[in-house]
Amino acid sequence: MSEKLKSRKGNRLVRLITAVFLLFWAALQIYPLVWLVFFSFKSNEEIFGGNIIGPPMVWKTGNYANALLGGNVFRYLFNSVWVSLVVVAISSVLIGTSAYALSRMRWKLRKPAYWVFVSGMTIPLHATLLPLFLLFRKMQIINTPLAIVIPYVVFALPTGVLILTNTFSALPIELEESACIDGCSVYQMFWRIMFPLVRPTLAAVALFTFLSSWNELMFAMTFISDPKWKTLTVGLQSLSGMYYTEWGPIGAGMVVATAPVLVIYLILSKQVQNALVMGAVKG
Amino acid sequence: MNKILGNKTAITLFIAPSLILFGGIIFYSIVMSFRYSLLDWNGFGEGVFAGFGNYIKMFQDKVFLRSAANSLLLGVITLFTQLPLALLLALILTSGVKGEGFFRTVFFIPMTLSSVVIGQLWLKIYNPNYGILNSVLGALGLTSLQRNWLGDVNTALLSAFVPIIWQNVGYHMLLFYTSIKSISQEVVEAAKLDGATGLTSAFYIKIPLIKPMIRTCAIFVIIGSMKAFDMIYVLTNGGPVHMTEVPSSLMFSSIFNLNKYGYGSAISIFIVAECILMAVALQKLFRVKDSAI
Repeated sequence: MSEKLKSRKGNRLVRLITAVFLLFWAALQIYPLVWLVFFSFKSNEEIFGGNIIGPPMVWKTGNYANALLGGNVFRYLFNSVWVSLVVVAISSVLIGTSAYALSRMRWKLRKPAYWVFVSGMTIPLHATLLPLFLLFRKMQIINTPLAIVIPYVVFALPTGVLILTNTFSALPIELEESACIDGCSVYQMFWRIMFPLVRPTLAAVALFTFLSSWNELMFAMTFISDPKWKTLTVGLQSLSGMYYTEWGPIGAGMVVATAPVLVIYLILSKQVQNALVMGAVKG
Repeated sequence: MNKILGNKTAITLFIAPSLILFGGIIFYSIVMSFRYSLLDWNGFGEGVFAGFGNYIKMFQDKVFLRSAANSLLLGVITLFTQLPLALLLALILTSGVKGEGFFRTVFFIPMTLSSVVIGQLWLKIYNPNYGILNSVLGALGLTSLQRNWLGDVNTALLSAFVPIIWQNVGYHMLLFYTSIKSISQEVVEAAKLDGATGLTSAFYIKIPLIKPMIRTCAIFVIIGSMKAFDMIYVLTNGGPVHMTEVPSSLMFSSIFNLNKYGYGSAISIFIVAECILMAVALQKLFRVKDSAI
């Protein structure tokens, strides 16, 4: 009896320690973001005058006006949104169709084609930076959105194709057989019967693609220098150069850049988590 | 049936665009990078053929060697700090604590943010005069520990690694969490009847059963370290005096700041070769068959 009591007491202690540990780690992950929101509303006097850690004494909303209007953040935000959406749209079509061909259709070079995508996963994208830069310069598409849309689509392909190929392969062949008896063409079979079944997976892949394009830095800053087409990540980099000594507007820009993704994440947290896990497990 | 699924026009229509786009760009890039890497070329006019000169120079270049060592160190450090921490969090979260969903969501937030935002934020955290780190140290009376974290050659490298680890713990936590959750409940219950709960259950049931995922994550963090770029670029851009350089930051600055197109391309070929070799070696080492990279 006393032994049981002891272990129960021990349990309570363990529970307390784990709870403290979880809260501590959560604070460590969240506080920097809270702090970011704090200083995005602070004036220089407050930041450099001693109120570093706490919330602002006076909430200076002017920082946001500064960043959005003076710092072009709206423009960058808009560019990031539509570039990411275009990438998602194009890559989803390509991923859906090619995964179907790789998993369900019958042709000779299917295996080698599959391996092209598999091997593409191990190859780091750094190697494409300079060759694509020179190629795009020759094609005169450097400094246009196309220069980043093309690589982003390419980067999205291997993971997406592998995930979707697995998903298609798991579907029973009877589905197609019965459609076949009903006199379906291959396009109808794909679009009406098979595609709807993989839509949830494709949505997860799309979410993953969206986040990667939204956050990409190396190609965006190399291929786009025209402020008209800059995306948010690059825009923020130049914003921090512009407002080097003023933390408020930089903070405001960062909050504006982060908020949309964060809101999407908090609404769709399950789906986002699944999407990213899938990229690792099945990719 | 065979006829329909063997429809050549449809196959071409479905696969050709992505295969040509993807295969073409990857193939073109690697061939061209290799070609450039054999040139002494500043980007203007024609390059001069230099054989393997750039590679020889590379392996004699102290800065390059340091950058390669740094990325290996990053891999080792993340392996031994980030993964255990992620595993611990995942084990706790799957043991039925209150607020499981809340913590999972919170721990994963940094993963969804761009490295630029995180990098810029940590620049402010590390700021020697107005940063939160030195302020907290000051408030605790530990003024002797205050320093210019990213500017001091002794602390710069580790300080640059911390945000990378901080950002990715949640990701690996989630991977471990998902695979622990997928362990059949029967196994866990059966073990419980045999008296395996808490730590025993973790060490004898859960960890052995998710070993494949642990291996996958280990490969992940090591290969990821070879490719690290964004955070280093934003935080230090390789400085001070190249202390925090990694191969990709060196490749980038060689090409776009110093106009050494040939040398930079040699580094990019090195990164490709390193990633492929490392992936193959680690898979062999772990004897994982169809593991994911």
